[in-house]
Amino acid sequence: MKILVCISNVPDTTTKITFTDNNTQFNTNGVQFILNPYDEIALARAIELTEGGKGTITVINVGENNTEATIRKALAIGADDAVRINAKPHDAWFVAYQIAQYIKANPFDLILTGRESIDYNGSKVAGILGELLDLPSISIIKNIAIDGNTATVEREIEGGKEILTIPLPFVAGTAEGVAEPKIPNMRGIMSARTKPLTVIEPVEVKTFSEVIGYETPAPRGQVKLVPADKVAELVELLHTEAKII
Amino acid sequence: MSVLIYAENADGKFKKSIFEAVSYARAIADQNNTHLTAVSIGDVKADELNLLAKYGADKILNVSNAQLKNFVNQAYASIIAGAAKKEGADTVVLSNSFSGRGLAPRLGVKLEAGIVDGAIALPEQTNGKFTVKKTAFSGKAFAIVELTSANKVIALVPNSYKIVEENKPAQTEDFNVETKASDFKAMLKEIVRSTDKISLTDAEIIVSGGRGLKGPENWGMIEELAEVLGAATACSKPVSDAGWRPHSEHVGQTGIAVSPNLYIAIGISGAIQHLAGVSSSKVIVVINKDAEAPFFKVADYGIVGDAFEVVPKLIAAVKEYKASA
Ligand SMILES: Cc1cc2nc3c(=O)[nH]c(=O)nc-3n(C[C@H](O)[C@H](O)[C@H](O)COP(=O)(O)OP(=O)(O)OC[C@H]3O[C@@H](n4cnc5c(N)ncnc54)[C@H](O)[C@@H]3O)c2cc1C
Ligand SMILES: Nc1ncnc2c1ncn2[C@@H]1O[C@H](COP(=O)(O)O)[C@@H](O)[C@H]1O
Repeated sequence: MKILVCISNVPDTTTKITFTDNNTQFNTNGVQFILNPYDEIALARAIELTEGGKGTITVINVGENNTEATIRKALAIGADDAVRINAKPHDAWFVAYQIAQYIKANPFDLILTGRESIDYNGSKVAGILGELLDLPSISIIKNIAIDGNTATVEREIEGGKEILTIPLPFVAGTAEGVAEPKIPNMRGIMSARTKPLTVIEPVEVKTFSEVIGYETPAPRGQVKLVPADKVAELVELLHTEAKII
Repeated sequence: MSVLIYAENADGKFKKSIFEAVSYARAIADQNNTHLTAVSIGDVKADELNLLAKYGADKILNVSNAQLKNFVNQAYASIIAGAAKKEGADTVVLSNSFSGRGLAPRLGVKLEAGIVDGAIALPEQTNGKFTVKKTAFSGKAFAIVELTSANKVIALVPNSYKIVEENKPAQTEDFNVETKASDFKAMLKEIVRSTDKISLTDAEIIVSGGRGLKGPENWGMIEELAEVLGAATACSKPVSDAGWRPHSEHVGQTGIAVSPNLYIAIGISGAIQHLAGVSSSKVIVVINKDAEAPFFKVADYGIVGDAFEVVPKLIAAVKEYKASA
């Protein structure tokens, strides 16, 4: 079984998000970039699914050469080889289009993404890939098991889950619970340096969306503290002042 | 040019978030002096369908056949795209629900449309530019996205747009689109409802517990508080990691992002990753025994105290309030 895991390079979760140039550019100054946490989960599950020589894992990233550390991390965790499509990830459409071209030339049995990238939170790459490749896509899965040519997946829905069976190949975006992220061991880190990383150039494609600016949430006012022995006052405030209950 | 809203149903009923999306789509149609068509797929009764007109649809397309009773991502996307083409719709609105997030990207490709997921405000249309504000960086910021394509797909975050009643007269039409066999490769085996309680993404009030609650055995009071408030329950990541609560309750940057009217955080420190997913809540209440807990910095109301003493009192106070109201 050949699995492709799509990986994105995102600001570390502890990053305080700020902008420059009149709120039009994300300020990357001092920001540590990491492997998107959901992609770590996808990779971890791919490793479990291929354990014992049952398959190989390729990771793919659309990014410029500053994403190499993240790609090497994925190789250290356990991917067999990596592909980087050498382009700025303009938007989900651009990213998915590039990856789809690669998959058309190099078919996979299963394509995993994270449920969303933690920078733009689109949950879009999996669905666009599915549509471009005419494959089923399940945007947010909580579990995946494979038996022969069929997978059983759990899809998250409001207040529950659906259990589906899907023939391979298909595209799925993994959420928490699918697997525990794996920490690279020393051998992994050593071997990551020599595992193949192929860099390919992007194909040209028209895009339809442009981020033209950013805003930060309005700061909240000073917290109003209610004494612990006067809890009823809180209920009163929520009713009369906040008008929430 | 017109606007199409996909009105997703849950067991034959539309949720509040769908009416929000209908009102939102109505407003976009008004911006462009055009009409709004709603498309419903599945098994929805006439009375329920008429509610779509109440919130602003001029016309309702009803797609009902046995094969489509339950959600099938690819087939539903084909039908919605077909409805958009039939209606000459250039803007398609969906709810940013789990299903909506599965559909939006596929629709974007089918309609050669730019996509805005996670929209939280009406588009602005000035100087020929079409821009939409969306959540980004897991709630730590907003991005303004310009769509440059003729067609547009927008998925609206629940609880971010107010319902407006329009009471339009609308006609309902049966509608069908040819689907391909390959649209039905994913087969539904079973639907498992985690609880009969309110789901997190629909909830207007959320009661959330953290590691400060010490163990799963102490969630009784969290559930009771949620029950008296008509709220959903949530938790911090370490709590679901430890198996005290299911993963589906985990909110934050790597969990579910929520934006209820009221978020009550109990025994949660307020780590940046937790705040990311909850900061767009309208009102935040924090109960923590540590006055220095970072959560107080982003809270509207707070009680510095031991949750095991404060929460039972709060339950009693809410009960008293409800009894007198
Ligand atoms: C990549 C990554 C992603 C993450 N994503 C998320 C995420 O999505 N969501 C998330 O929640 N976390 C996330 N985290 C974890 C986050 O950094 C924090 O560790 C976590 O939010 C802390 O959970 P907590 O507040 O429940 O526990 P703690 O930080 O341990 O806080 C417990 C709080 O309870 C208070 N307390 C203790 N006893 C009592 C009492 N008797 N009464 C009242 N208060 C009491 C304490 O004062 C303390 O403030 C992530 C971390 C990483 C590295
Ligand atoms: N630049 C990228 N290169 C490769 N995969 C990506 C990239 N951006 C996003 N993805 C994948 O798509 C998933 C969803 O991203 P998004 O649609 O941006 O929320 C991520 O979890 C990744 O698996």
